[in-house]
Formats: sequence, structure tokens, C-alpha cells
Amino acid sequence: MQTQERRTYQAVIGLEFHVHLATQTKMFCGCRVTYGEPPNTHTCPVCLGHPGALPVANEKAIELGVMAGLALNCDVSQRAVFARKNYFYPDLPKGYQISQFDEPICTGGYLDVPAGTPDGDETIRVGITRLHLEEDAAKNVHVGTSGRMHGSVGSLVDFNRGGTPLMEIVTEPDIPSPEAARATANYLKDILRAIGVSEADMEKGQLRCDANVSIRNPDGSFGTKTELKNMNSFRFVEKGIAAELARQQEILAGGGRVEQTTLHYDPETDEVHELRSKEFAHDYRYFPEPDLLPLELSRAYVREIGDRMPELPDAMRARFVGRYGLSPYDAGVLAADRELAAFYEEVAAEVDPKQASNWISGDFRALLNESGADLSGSKVTPGHMVELIRLVGNGKVSRSAARTVLAEVFKTGEGPSEVVEREGLGSVEADELDGVVDGVISSNPDEAERVRNGDKKVVGFLMGQVMKATRGNADGGRARELLLQKLSS
Amino acid sequence: MISEEQVRHVASLARLGLTEDEIREMGGQLDAILDSIEKIRELDLADTPPTANPLNLSNVLRPDESRPELTSEEALAPAPDAVDDLFAVPRID
Repeated sequence: MQTQERRTYQAVIGLEFHVHLATQTKMFCGCRVTYGEPPNTHTCPVCLGHPGALPVANEKAIELGVMAGLALNCDVSQRAVFARKNYFYPDLPKGYQISQFDEPICTGGYLDVPAGTPDGDETIRVGITRLHLEEDAAKNVHVGTSGRMHGSVGSLVDFNRGGTPLMEIVTEPDIPSPEAARATANYLKDILRAIGVSEADMEKGQLRCDANVSIRNPDGSFGTKTELKNMNSFRFVEKGIAAELARQQEILAGGGRVEQTTLHYDPETDEVHELRSKEFAHDYRYFPEPDLLPLELSRAYVREIGDRMPELPDAMRARFVGRYGLSPYDAGVLAADRELAAFYEEVAAEVDPKQASNWISGDFRALLNESGADLSGSKVTPGHMVELIRLVGNGKVSRSAARTVLAEVFKTGEGPSEVVEREGLGSVEADELDGVVDGVISSNPDEAERVRNGDKKVVGFLMGQVMKATRGNADGGRARELLLQKLSS
Repeated sequence: MISEEQVRHVASLARLGLTEDEIREMGGQLDAILDSIEKIRELDLADTPPTANPLNLSNVLRPDESRPELTSEEALAPAPDAVDDLFAVPRID
């Protein structure tokens, strides 16, 4: 029997995340952490790297690092030490980055990432190798062809970002596919947001992702890995890794060898490009930072942070399923957004929890997404939502009219009842509806006759006339009932 | 003994351009520093943990509160070159 040559390529992917911590000020100085401010307006001698300026660590950043470690099931170190990572780049004024090396703040955790199956119950376990704290570099504004620049200038630097508290999270190479890599990044974002450790907005650079990508050899050993840098959206994490895997497969299929290298994904061409290797000389000569003292993280301190940690998305989802009878999917949508979940719980305490979920994760979330507004900036209060759901439940407003009401409340912040009153969106009262139905029957005698003769298909047409006459504010069920009753003889 | 090759490597990591004479001179100086450190090995330090800082302190932290910042004029004043309120730095080759 002839054995067909079989090549199965098994991807081996590990991710490295850089996360801006949600502090007011920088890691080692009291300059404010800002986004989109005029360049070099939030600096001081420490974050500009002036000689003699001394760093002091931000206690809130340490606390957020510990909290993230606990959420990722890590061991929090009893002792952690900052170290200098030495390299030269224009965005690094001291000639070293303060980071952590052999004594990071957390080690050895895991993340159970939802695998994206419809029932929402299957997960992929991704190991967390380590989590450490460091400072972000400044921002290089690379020079294009600006006429104002003379030839010797290579880049322009804005130090507002320099020194922003940064948390690095490194996973084990446990991730089996580009899709799973995207799901991992996305789930990490949900967790970090839920516990308030970071806003984790990739567009703002608050969450950045690099990947180590290789293909397992036929004998099961690891192949040569390449490093894929700075994929700046969840979609590009998936697409970039897919493009790099395709490139490696092509090399291997042609009998070639993958070279260890650092690459950059270009979403415009959907291709990866090699970066100049000189920029990433991995000879950082780490040594303990003499300007900072070690961190001693007592068990009591760690326990106290654990006690204060908000509920994780997983636990919240399970609770919403159990307590409110939501489907795992609906519960997951709400649990992924801490503010929305809190809003939901306020509403669900007053009205039917399933109705509340439908309105909040459906119409309300759509309005938020459309406008690009945050929940905190929205004019709709939980009280408004309760009132609206009650109006629908009592038959005072039809569901479709209620949508219009919600959009109006969203726009103006008026109470739902006032909007109903002002816009005349209330359901048509019973006796009024009776008259409308009579009117529709007398002005459409042919159709009415056909219904009397048992042609039920025409009921839809007559219903349409009723809705038109009431501008959609009739209770559909009752209108239909009335029509059939009146035409049953 | 530190080889000339090692001196060149360290110099390139530090972005220092050394002449041949300076490489020999630096090699000698680095040797002297290593010799001094070597002396510590003569002591019995089996029970002494590695120490990076002479202060016997830990957890020296600051609250997450903002402090006065420099204006962009102040920040850029010592810069050899600036364009549009940005530090202009030489091309890296």
C-alpha cells in the first residue's frame, strides 16, 4: 500500500501583550497620563531622563499589576525587583528602560479563553508565563517628506507617553490558531476592563500585541519561531499571524528553512516584512535598577487586593445565567462590559430580567455603538429603561413605538413617558382601536369579504391598514383579535 | 582578561566610537575594575544574599497623584533641535 506523503502543519503561537495601566500618573513620576494632548506638555525631569532625576514607583500601578496577576491566576511574587534594560533608541532618553527581569511581579498563571463555539461553553487554556511592570517609551513621530526637516534629522519625539505605566503579559506557546490568538487578545481585553486595570483600547495604543509564531516539526519538536511586532487591532492579530503562518508553510513546503527574525505586519498588503535586525539587538545587559528599592508584596496585601477585585467576566456570566435565566450568549455580552452589566443589574432588579437583557444588549447597545458614545456619557438612565420596559409590559406602548421612544430618550435625556406624550406614541386605547378596525373594514369591503369567506391571507393586508391608521401604535395582537372577531360571522 | 573583541562589542552596544588606542586603554581600565570586583570573591559570602542597593528598605512608593509638570517650552529648552514642539533627533543608521 502506498502511503501518501502527508504534511500537517501545526501552528505554535505565543503572545506578548503590552498594556497601559489605568493610573492618573506615570510609572515613576507625577506627570499625568494623557492621550491626544499637544506634544511634550506632560513631562518632567524624570520622564525626560535628565541626569540626577530619581524615579519613585506609583503605588497604584503596583496594585493594578497584582490585580491583573490574580485575575490571570498567577502567583504573585513576595519580592519583585525593577531592572534596567539597556538599549539605545530616540524614544528612550535614559538609554535604558526600567522594567523587570528575573524577579517579575507575577508568574505562572492561565486564562481559559472562550473558544467561540455557539453554546459558549468550550474554552482553550492559555498559560501565562509571566507578568511584569515597566515604563512605556516616548512616541516617535517618524519623519516623512516634511519640507521643514533637514536631512540629518531622523525622527521627532513626543514625551507625553514616555513613562506611562506599562504591564507586559507573556503567554505560553499554547495558542493553536490565528483565530484563537484573536480570541485570547479579545478575552484578555474583557478581563482587564472588567477589573478596571486598563481601558485596553487598541486604537489608543493602550493594548498592544506581539506574537511568536512557529510551525511544529513532523517529530513534534518546535520549529524556528519568528516574532511578529505591533499588530494594532484584534483583526490584525488574526490576519497577521495567518499571513506569517502561510509564509512559513510556503518556505517549509519548498524544502526551505525558516530563519529566526522579527517581522512587521502590513495590513495594506496583508504581508509581513522583515524589520532591520539591528534595531532589536537582544543584548540588553539587564541589571537591578539601583534607583528603586525592591517590592515586598505581603500575603495580607495580596489578599486585600483580591478581596477588592471586581467580579471577573466568567463568574459574572455564570451568575447572570443562574440568577436571571439568561442564555450563556446573552449573559456573555453583558458580562463583557462591566458598566453595561452594572446598568443591566439595576434594571433587572425592577423588571423582567429577560426583557431587560433584550432591550439593553439589543437596542440600547446598538444606539451606543452607532453614536460611539460610552455608557457613562449616555443620557439613558436605568430608571428610564425600567419605565420604558414597564410601558411596553402594560401595553401602553407597542414594542416598535418603544424603540422610537428609546432613541428619543437617548438623544434628549427626557423621560420615556414624556416622549410618549409629546410624540403621541402611546398605544391606541381599546375603544379607539375598535373604531379604527371598523373603519378599515368598511373602507376595504372586498378584502373584508374574502376574510369572512375564510381567506386568512388577506388578514395581513387589513392589519397593515390598521397599523397605518394608528401610526404603528396599536397593539398588534389585540388588533388582529378584533379583526378576526368582527369578520367571523 | 578582557579581549579587544569584547571591548568593541560593549562599545558598539553603548554606541561609542573608539579608536584603536582607546580600545586598548579601555580594555586595561575594564580589567582593573574586574580585578577589584574579583577581590570580593575572596570573602566567604555563602550566607549573604546578592544586594543591589545599600539601603535596607523596600516598598518606597508614591501615591498616584499628579505633580507639577514642565511646559513644552521648558521641556524643549535644553534640546539641541526641535520642530513643531517635538524633539528632533538625528537619524539612526
